[in-house]
Amino acid sequence: MTMTAPDKKSKRSNPPKSNRSTSKADRTYDAIVIGGGHNGLVNGAYLAKSGLRTLILERRHLVGGAAITEELRPGFWFTTFSYALSLLRPDIIHDLELVKHGFMPLLMSSRFAPDGQGDYLLFGQDHAQNLKEIARHSKHDADAYDQYGHDMDRVCQAIKPLLDTVPPDIFSDDPEELLALAGIGARLRKLDKRVLHNAVRLLTGSAADFLDDYFDSELLKGYLASSSIIGTKVGPRSQGSGLVLLYHSLGEHDGEFGSWAFHKGGNGGFTQVLARAAQSFGAEILLESPVEAVITKDGQATGVALADGTEYHAGTVISALDPRRTFLELVDPSELPDDLVEHIRRFRFQGTSSKVNFALDGLPDYPGLGPKPDHFRGFTNIGPSMDYLERAFDDAKYGWYSQRPYIDMAVQSTIDPDMAPPGKHVLSCFIQYTPYKLRESDWDTEKENLGDTVQRTLESFFPGFGDLVLQREVVTPLHIERTVGLSEGNIFAGEFIAPQMFFFRPAPGWSQYRTPIEGYYQCGSGTHPGGCVMGAPGKLAASQIIKDRAKTRPRARA
Amino acid sequence: MIRTTPLHERTNALNETQLWSHWSGHLAANRYQMSDKLEYFAVRNAAGIFDSSPLYKYRITGKDAESFLAGVLARDIRACVPGQAQYTCWLDDRGFVIEDGVILHTARNEYLLTSAEANLAYFEDRIGRNDARIEEVSHDIGTLALQGPRSRDLLRKLVPQMGSIPYFGLARGEIGGAAVTVSRTGYTGDLGYEIWMESPDALHVWDALWDSVEGHGVLPFGLAALYMLRIEAGLLLLDADFDSSRYAWNDAHRSSPIELGWSWMFKDLNGDDRAFIGRKALQREIAEKTSRWTMRGLVVDWRDYDRVYGDAGLIPPKDHTPIVEDWMVYDDDYKRVGYATSFMYSPMLQRHIAIARVRPDFAAVGTKVNLEFTVDHHYEQVAAHVARLPLYNPQRKTV
Repeated sequence: MTMTAPDKKSKRSNPPKSNRSTSKADRTYDAIVIGGGHNGLVNGAYLAKSGLRTLILERRHLVGGAAITEELRPGFWFTTFSYALSLLRPDIIHDLELVKHGFMPLLMSSRFAPDGQGDYLLFGQDHAQNLKEIARHSKHDADAYDQYGHDMDRVCQAIKPLLDTVPPDIFSDDPEELLALAGIGARLRKLDKRVLHNAVRLLTGSAADFLDDYFDSELLKGYLASSSIIGTKVGPRSQGSGLVLLYHSLGEHDGEFGSWAFHKGGNGGFTQVLARAAQSFGAEILLESPVEAVITKDGQATGVALADGTEYHAGTVISALDPRRTFLELVDPSELPDDLVEHIRRFRFQGTSSKVNFALDGLPDYPGLGPKPDHFRGFTNIGPSMDYLERAFDDAKYGWYSQRPYIDMAVQSTIDPDMAPPGKHVLSCFIQYTPYKLRESDWDTEKENLGDTVQRTLESFFPGFGDLVLQREVVTPLHIERTVGLSEGNIFAGEFIAPQMFFFRPAPGWSQYRTPIEGYYQCGSGTHPGGCVMGAPGKLAASQIIKDRAKTRPRARA
Repeated sequence: MIRTTPLHERTNALNETQLWSHWSGHLAANRYQMSDKLEYFAVRNAAGIFDSSPLYKYRITGKDAESFLAGVLARDIRACVPGQAQYTCWLDDRGFVIEDGVILHTARNEYLLTSAEANLAYFEDRIGRNDARIEEVSHDIGTLALQGPRSRDLLRKLVPQMGSIPYFGLARGEIGGAAVTVSRTGYTGDLGYEIWMESPDALHVWDALWDSVEGHGVLPFGLAALYMLRIEAGLLLLDADFDSSRYAWNDAHRSSPIELGWSWMFKDLNGDDRAFIGRKALQREIAEKTSRWTMRGLVVDWRDYDRVYGDAGLIPPKDHTPIVEDWMVYDDDYKRVGYATSFMYSPMLQRHIAIARVRPDFAAVGTKVNLEFTVDHHYEQVAAHVARLPLYNPQRKTV
């Protein structure tokens, strides 16, 4: 097995808790990153690469945050939370020399959408064959599919630069900010009318309205609309679902928009690569080091205090945690402007996704296709129509979890055989909708009932599924919050809704990774451009920090 | 009728695409499923099985077999003891490469030489007074390759002692009740083996191997995936990266082994007293440093590549499909300093890479050059840097 258990690896390469240095000089750094999730690691790696003595503090026994892989049963590796890679910014791969440290995005070669009635859509790597597959359901849609793909690609190409840009501060008179704003305006003006209009329709409208313009097939629409609800409390017919659809189409892998990869060893394998890269640039990573508070003096961050009282000092402190923890827990809100505090209090988390992961004795059997690996070498979409998805959302609207949930399945061991013993499999299931706040119950009570609901749903698509189950892990929004620290279990560290994006992420006037406390920065997915294992917040925050330090350095010398 | 290989019955059943190439007069699968990239990843991450039976194979026997080969092959065959294999080449009198191939020293006074093209007349005509015989056994011997990080453990399951074959070592054993020779060789640049068997036994060997790898993520792979793997591995392909001097019209299409990056084959040339074809020219080239080219890898600057396509309003293509063609390599003054012959986007390295030859004064690792592409029907130059081959070289390959 080429994979090293994440905890063992990390423990070997990091000093254990008891070895904590007692000398104050040894506990002084240029920059301290709070949280060793993927954005904290990216941020710390960039800072270390720029020459800063950087410390990354992680509360748990392993780095990765919500991007971890755990051996929950001997030989079976579970992607507990996050489970695939798409939006990772390509420049991070190169800037941080990730290939050298084991970056290996494996191809997910199929996409499978069973309708549960014996039919299905099965996409592979041959475009013309995919069109024939759609034509089995609708000849009209087979033609429309290319137009849809082209229209989406053009919007993605137009929007993509924003993922790699610090949002301009629209409330500032700084000429630099105005220039950046004008730059965005100029870019928009250059866009083809159709592209710009499609972009606005997606950014503001519903996925259903957009998809209805192209397609007739309910199965195809259900499949495509599934990307419009991931991680967000919207149905495909809700305004705002277009934005989520667009966001998930923006991912690129080996130059292809909307394409996903499975990292060797899961996303935990990926964050181990990030950790090795960060360490190679000189960043230090301390595990089991929960930060209690950011220490400030005269409105300036000076370090952090751990729960056990140990203090580490640095003039630059970066929170990779979500906005609620960054502004309301790590610092005293009374140190912050009232309007910011109010905005963060109103910032919507309302996690609505869960994971149910399985160790399986064999491959699920879809009637007519059989228990073969071919159609399981990518995502399997349990969302056979827009109605199915919308009804799943109906339950959530009224405070309950979907009784026929949307499921994004991936039998990851068919893509990376090191994930399970030969002939056995691990199945990752992303579940929606499971609202954080339940009416008249709680997730400790409902946890296994959710597992049963998911298993029942899978049984209806894959008869005999239950007999394959060797082990089951249920991860509800409450358990995401408890384990990883993401408020209300929101996988994006804050909902993807227009008033919480770009200029406004996480709050108007605070979208540039700074905070009102000098030297205190934010780099988590609660900042622009947001969640998914993208790394852009960590990278953009680092660029801002490096720029700010360059500005203040001459002053320090004088 | 085009020939099929001794494994065709199995490869045909597995080839869902029914896409075949003609390789040395045989049907050879291009790919077995719609994605060559999936097969490629099977090799890099688990293991893949490849039918390499179409290779030309010659058995050389006789008490003078060694001295015969020592005179026609450029690399010193005397260093290859029984139980070993050697990657070698043969030259013309002017020191230009005719071809390359792997030779197995299967037993005392017995060798098996592989080549991409027919070479029977060439070698037979040069036996002279040596007590040696050469016979073509291309159709008598089937070959299948098991390549990838899991290959050692999988092979060990079948024949325990074969787990310890060293790089370019050989072992004899039995698979599926048939006698086989296994060499730790291959064309993927990864940990891997080639299994050689009598053609009538080929299906038994395949079946035994195939059954034993179930559940391990092993896929059969075709030529498309092989060509990706070999570019990353810096393994040259005849008629792609070089031509046989026998059929070249002029010296622009001829290459010396030094120019092809094989100077390591001649490290001990001074202590080696053999008279072999091309020796004098080779020695002169080394002494006078007259090599025209140095074989190198090129790694394209991804930012520059994206910029060029982005400026044209295009999505930068990142296609893993290898392209064999001439790409010009320039210095910053638009002076040609080399040319690339094989090009692809490497999923493992996440970069566009090429096998190229550059002028020796541009061969230092890290030297910046410019590779020419056509974008929107006009020429564009994209920055690249010179790198040592192989570009992908996992430790497990040789350890």
